Parts: sequence; structure tokens; C-alpha cells
Amino acid sequence: MTETATPRRHDATRQGLDRRAFVQLAVAGGAASLAAACGWDGGNAIRPGLLDISRVNDWVGEKILFSPTRLARTYSPAERSAMLPSYFISAMMPMLVNPSAWRLRVDGLVRQPLELSVDDLMRMPPVSYTVKHTCVEGWSAIATWHGVPVSAIVEYCRPLPTARYINFVSFDSGYSNGWDLASALHPQTILAYGMNDQPLTPAHGAPLRLYSPTKLGYKLTKYLVSMTFTERRPGGYWEDQGYPWFGGI
Amino acid sequence: MRLTHWVTVLTLAGMIASGLQIYEAYARFGSRGGPFFPSPFDDAHFPAWSRLGGWLAGALNWHFALMWPLVTVGLLYLGYLVRNGEWRALLFRPRDVRGAIAMAKYYLRLRKDHPPQGKHNPLQKLAYTSIYFLGVLAVLTGLAIYKPLQFGWLTALFGGFQAARYWHFWIVWIFVGFTITHVILVFAVDPASLRAMITGWYRGRFPSRD
Repeated sequence: MTETATPRRHDATRQGLDRRAFVQLAVAGGAASLAAACGWDGGNAIRPGLLDISRVNDWVGEKILFSPTRLARTYSPAERSAMLPSYFISAMMPMLVNPSAWRLRVDGLVRQPLELSVDDLMRMPPVSYTVKHTCVEGWSAIATWHGVPVSAIVEYCRPLPTARYINFVSFDSGYSNGWDLASALHPQTILAYGMNDQPLTPAHGAPLRLYSPTKLGYKLTKYLVSMTFTERRPGGYWEDQGYPWFGGI
Repeated sequence: MRLTHWVTVLTLAGMIASGLQIYEAYARFGSRGGPFFPSPFDDAHFPAWSRLGGWLAGALNWHFALMWPLVTVGLLYLGYLVRNGEWRALLFRPRDVRGAIAMAKYYLRLRKDHPPQGKHNPLQKLAYTSIYFLGVLAVLTGLAIYKPLQFGWLTALFGGFQAARYWHFWIVWIFVGFTITHVILVFAVDPASLRAMITGWYRGRFPSRD
């Protein structure tokens, strides 16, 4: 009895599962075509889930894939691209009224807060490299950058052990980017005051911008005013609108 | 097993639709200022119904979320084929070349009788092996674009960041072509297999066993 009944029951379960799986698929298929039809970013129902997965991807990018020592390929200055697009979020190009009064403020969880002028930065050991700029939109361009490593600033300001992030803030309508400390300490992450053998122009973030070939362009804060060491993860202009927070490549 | 097929259909559709939205942000292949790879899709805008995500960030989040189930299902499917030994019926090997030529001759009416075959004929094996290989290439070119510094060796292997974008994009059209052909053949040759793929029960006749 039992021997014949068991496979029959098994069959019934199987069929039931198949039907359920089919209905689930049909529902999922309907939702997916609806999403495709509406050009959705997921709507209020799915968007939070997508952002949660984006945070998982940030974690994978930061903790598993990122190498603090792997260097981006460098090029010869002859390989520079004809152009490097730039943008700002203010209505007009952000320019300093009094450039000589400008200072970079280094504060937050540090033993030694700093106020640095461009001249102060230029007296520190300089770094120059020609690297490929990668934009989240999919374009790329090669340019040369001149500045000082963020790691050198870190040696001067001496962050507290609780500091895990840096918030880079600009005077371009408050545009900002939160960075993980490891990416900021990468040897190719610099505060750039020059580009292509010239002083940085207002179009590219004068007087000082963050530069690094380890991250997408939107993470490279232009028009810097301050870098603040924090314990909690700072957001950012695009990051708060849904772009990946880590933005590492 | 059937579930992996339909999950692949859905996630791949989502990957393609979000990919087309991502493509709109920079509809070129090449560094700023050129030179550009030849492509009929330069500055192309794809119709709204074919795009997913609404804008670049939305599309990126769909793309980088759906990559997980798609790769997982691809690996599960491969694991299943290996465990059950079914890969033997699907993998195109050098010894299938002769049979593939015979089969092609038959289809082109250069040969009258249907060549003998196993579960799948050598041309089917070639198609299914190629499409899986193409899937692997899609993932690898994707990684080369996603992390061109951390996977720098992979990006270099595909000829650089812009070249990897180029190949990643073209693989999509091969997938689309395969899918259209695949669906036409299902309806033309063995419509009963469609129901079998949905319900799990095959009520048709096996043409290869006639």
C-alpha cells in the first residue's frame, strides 16, 4: 500500500509545484514587461530593493575587489585625449571672488585640523601622472594631473582611529562626495591643482579638486573647500540620487 | 531545470533593456574626441519600450542587480549539466564537425536523407555550445567594463575599456538573433516542447525517434 501511495503523492506534489512555479513566473513576467513598458527605475515598490542590492555591490567593490596597492595604467602625455568634458551643478561656473583667501579645511575626526592654501600644497612633494578618466556614462579620456597625494595630507592631520570615511565638500552649490578611507589612501588618489601641465582651470574645478583613476568621474569632487573625517558614511550629490556610492572601478 | 530557463529569459530581458538605457548616456565606442569603433548605432536612441530604468542611475541599479540572478542561474544550469552528464548531449566537440557538415547539407537540400543523430543533432550542439560560450563572454566583457582597474588584465584582453564596451554591446544582438531563431524553430519544429518547457510534461512525438 504505502509503496504505491508514496510515488503517487510525490507526483501530485510535483504537479502542484509546477503549476505554482508557472503562475509565479507569469506574474514576474507581467511585472517585468510592465517595468519595461514604463521605463521604470523600479517605482516605489522595487527601487528600495534595487538600492539595497546596490549597497551589497558597494560592499563587494570595497571589501573584495578593491586593491589598495594595484595601480591604474599610466600613459605618455602624447596619448592625451583631445578633450575632457566637465560640468558643474551651479547655474554659473563656480569661481572664487578672492582666490588668495581660499583655504582647504581639513577637519573632523583628526588630531591636527589644518587650513591649507594652494601654495602650502605646492610646497609638498608633488605627484604627476597621465591616466584614463572613466565616466559612469561610458566615456573615457586621457589627461595628465598634478597634485599631492591625499595620503600625505593624512600624515599631517593624523586621523583618529574612529575615522573611517572622508567627506569631500565643494563650493559648487554644496556638491560633495563621501569616500572610504582605503580608496582615499590609494597612492594615485591626489588633491590636484594642475592639469595637462597648466594650473587647474575653473572648468575643471579650480583651485583644487580630488582626482583618482580608481573611481568614476562623479566621485572626483571639484572646487574643494573641505575634507572632513567621519565615522559614519557620508552621502554625496549623485550618490543620494541613486548612483552607486562606492563608484570604484 | 525549466525554472533556470525562464529565469534566464526574464533576467536577460531586463539586462538587455537596462543595457540599452545605459547605452544612451554615451552612444559611441571610443575615447572622447575619437577615433571611434565602426557601429551603425552611433548616437542611436532606442524606443522607450525597449529601455528599463528611466535614467542612467536607475538603469545601472537594475543592471547590477539582475547580474546576480543571471550569473547564479547560469552556474546552476552548468552544474546540473555536469552532474547529470547531460553536457555530453549538448557540447559541440571536434568530432561533431563532420556531422555538422552533413546536417547543413541536409538542410540546404544537398542531401536527401536525415543524417543519424543522438538527442541533438550536431548543428544544435553547435548552437547551444556557442550560446553558452557567448554568455560567458558577456559576463567577462561586463566585468571588464564594471571594474577596468581591478580586472585590468581582463580589460586589456578585450582590447581596452572602449573595446570591451563594444564587444559587450554586440553580444546583445547575437543573443537577440539567437532568441528569435530559437523561438521560430520551437514553433516550426516542435510546438509541443513549448508546453513541456512550461508544465514539465511532453505530449508530442520525438521527431528524432521516428
